[in-house]
Amino acid sequence: MNQAIRHSWIAAVAMFALLFGALSFVQVVGADELKANPLNQRAILQNYCSDRGAIIVGGTPVAESVETGSETCKFQRTYPQPELYAGMTGYFSQNYGATGLERAMGEVLTGDSDQLFLDRVGQLFLGNQPKGASVELTIDPELQQLAYSLIPDGQRGSIVVTNPKTGAILAMASKPSYDPNKVAVQDPEAESASINEFLKVPGINLNQNVSGPTGELLAPGSVFKLVDTAAALSSGKYNADSVLPNPAEMPFDGISYRLPNYAGGNCYTRDTASFAFALQQSCNTPFASIALDLGRDAIASQAQKFGFGEDLGDQLKLGYARGDGFPDELDAPGLAQSAIGQKDVRATPLQVNMMTSAIANDGVQMRPSLIKTLRSPDLRVIDEPQPEQLRTSTTPEIANQITDWMVSAVSEGIANRAGVPGVQVAGKTGTAELGDGTNNSWFTGFAPANNPQVSVTIVMEGVDITTGAQLTSPNAKKIFEAVLNK
Amino acid sequence: MSQLSTAVKPRRNVELALLVLALAVGIGANMMVGVDKEKAFDSDFWFQSSLLAVAALAFHGVLRFRAKYADPVMLPLVVALNGLGLAMIHRLDPPGADTGNNQLRWTLIAMAVAIAVIWFLKDHRILRRFTFISLAASALLLVLPLVPGISAGEILGARVWIRLGPMTFQPGEVAKITLAIFFAGYLSSNRDLILLAGRKLGPLQFPRFKDMGPMIAAWLVSIGVLIFQRDLGSSVLFFGLFIVMIYVATSRISWVVIGLALILGGGFVASRVFSHVEQRINGWLNAFTPEVYENGSRQVIQGLFGMANGGLVGTGLGQGRPDLVPFANSDMIIASLGEELGLIGIFAIVLMYLLLVTRGFRAALGTRDAFGKLLACGLSFAVALQCFVVIGGVTRLIPLTGLTTPFLAAGGSSLLANWIIVGLLLLISHTARGPVDTTPLPPSKGADTTGIDTPTEAVKQA
Repeated sequence: MNQAIRHSWIAAVAMFALLFGALSFVQVVGADELKANPLNQRAILQNYCSDRGAIIVGGTPVAESVETGSETCKFQRTYPQPELYAGMTGYFSQNYGATGLERAMGEVLTGDSDQLFLDRVGQLFLGNQPKGASVELTIDPELQQLAYSLIPDGQRGSIVVTNPKTGAILAMASKPSYDPNKVAVQDPEAESASINEFLKVPGINLNQNVSGPTGELLAPGSVFKLVDTAAALSSGKYNADSVLPNPAEMPFDGISYRLPNYAGGNCYTRDTASFAFALQQSCNTPFASIALDLGRDAIASQAQKFGFGEDLGDQLKLGYARGDGFPDELDAPGLAQSAIGQKDVRATPLQVNMMTSAIANDGVQMRPSLIKTLRSPDLRVIDEPQPEQLRTSTTPEIANQITDWMVSAVSEGIANRAGVPGVQVAGKTGTAELGDGTNNSWFTGFAPANNPQVSVTIVMEGVDITTGAQLTSPNAKKIFEAVLNK
Repeated sequence: MSQLSTAVKPRRNVELALLVLALAVGIGANMMVGVDKEKAFDSDFWFQSSLLAVAALAFHGVLRFRAKYADPVMLPLVVALNGLGLAMIHRLDPPGADTGNNQLRWTLIAMAVAIAVIWFLKDHRILRRFTFISLAASALLLVLPLVPGISAGEILGARVWIRLGPMTFQPGEVAKITLAIFFAGYLSSNRDLILLAGRKLGPLQFPRFKDMGPMIAAWLVSIGVLIFQRDLGSSVLFFGLFIVMIYVATSRISWVVIGLALILGGGFVASRVFSHVEQRINGWLNAFTPEVYENGSRQVIQGLFGMANGGLVGTGLGQGRPDLVPFANSDMIIASLGEELGLIGIFAIVLMYLLLVTRGFRAALGTRDAFGKLLACGLSFAVALQCFVVIGGVTRLIPLTGLTTPFLAAGGSSLLANWIIVGLLLLISHTARGPVDTTPLPPSKGADTTGIDTPTEAVKQA
């Protein structure tokens, strides 16, 4: 009998041995995989009530963790200027995860990034509460406020202001916006109610990958003519003095569709046009004929060089949608329409701004940046990203030539309301028809033309021609003035 | 068979020293939980801690008086486990909830009952007289949750609770003790019969069909529990208990083979026929699939996340988020402890169980009567099996079933039953470690007195 008892004990020990193995697997060996499981919300929850680093604009936090005085959740994430910065900060929610910079800079903000390793060791020994690093943005708070106020409430639109020489984003505003404080609450029901309310508003920028200046893909309209121009000049077939056909309507073989010229300017006064005239008046048919002449690939390749359709990865730390860029398969009417930024050509407001900035910066496109410095909890600078060239979009000569024409579009053409007295402003407007009688109205440009300090892109969505004209070029003027008169 | 050491030392002072250590663990854990919540050292803390300490020391006193040769390690182990459980339950209590105090109340009741068992029973062999009464009691206890009026109905898919005034109680927890007493009594009386008759088939000697009666009965009980109470865990526990006891009684591996065949066969059929068993198995195999996660495996998966979060050293008591796991203070308390105490802490806890079980087997080896051997072995194995089923379920080693973690999990019936088991094991160890008691038991009115002192191998060889 005792032998059997010993055997039973061995069976019991074997069961415990299995338990030791299983526990080791769960807690140590397989732990990383469990932590990475999408069903696992613990990473967010664990940081949810900790002292997360701030997101700072011009010395003032736009997202910060403040002490609550409660035992259960010691810190509460707050957004002092919620709507103004929601498009960049995103939200930090217990049940919906994090978006925007809250997500992209999560490791830095929680203090888990490798750059903060020594600080973590220090905290371990000093027994301090873990504290995250703060992220200082390149945004100019006054400019951001101005840009945001230039989009009327109830209007869908985006404004991007950058420094073309460095790629630094000075302002990036969009409407409609939302209050991330309402999502960063501890009551799950209130949280989900807020999210559902936000989702009802069309165009709200809850996810920077698919909406807002960095993610929303829009038909660029006539601002795409800058791409055609660059493609034409770099092909060698055209030069500054080329004379372009400028019929009132462009016919196509075999179909009744005709591509009309732009009705708003003075295009109808001439049958042929110079580049300068065509860009000043934003005529359609000259650029359609260039595209038909050069072919789809030449236009697509130039668009790509300007960053259209490029997966920009996390250059901005906000994530990008992979733009559709220029369509692959096009018949002649399709190519003609695409060449004037209609049909299936798509770009985000930021991509249009980057194209403009490349022209401003002698053809060199800078990597857009939103992060000025990362600071450890003791305010030591731990990282300061430097301006970085992204690619060469075109030659300096072509860039300067296009700049001259953009200057004339403001001084003599239909973008004249963007003009600032005493300053050479380069600009291009665009009006992409949405097919329902409304348009996406664009302005993109930079100033001063000879020494560009600022590059501005404005798009107002779903507006009629008149409203679009009022909300784009005149607003660009206000931004140019604000920057240059500082 | 080796001669067992018969060093006749009570070792009560060792127990006292270990007990102080155990109380320090439990009360210290409770204190740390409180420190973090900024309500350490409030009157509640002192009240709870002193009650636990007084109860543990009273138990120790009773052992000094009534069972001075009892194993000195068991009580401290159990007090430490119980104290850790109390601390974790207290830590998980949301404001206003009173699970911690309730658990303390049940701990005191359970300790009192265990003390009463030791005080009034004096000698475990007396239980042998209640062999068939135990069988009847087991049947009654198992049927109670199905009786309308007493039954608390279906809670969380299982019908294992009864309603006693304002409280609910799981009679099945106590049934494992009465069943163990029955098996021990029946097998110690009939083992010769079962051993001698039978047919040899290859290396295995199979018993006669009529000797398989109790085994069939045990199987039916297990299957009945599974079907009518929908309690897979208890079903496995009862059957495992019986297999190990009949194996120890006969030393025949054939019984284990038959037993495992029956349990695997029954389990397979059950998994096909009963949706709740199938659900458990599906929730185990495909735990991470979203639809399974939403409809059943959430508890296990969240527990695994918690334990992964704890890692090697744990988040520290009060620093993790075990509250995210459903049933964090009962079924999943191992995950809660794993998260906050880390692999190191949870190893220590499982090691305490292993030590407790080992001391139980030690008592089984040491005691001289077959009934005591079988009972100690059965009860110890039951504790081990229960740990395996629960912790294995929580770690996704096996499908999760509804058993409680002995001494740790919130729940009165489980505490009561496990403390009674400890009381019985302490009594058996008292006779095992004490000087050989040659005085016969006072004669009972029952018929079956001849088998009481059936010598076992140990005595024969002595």
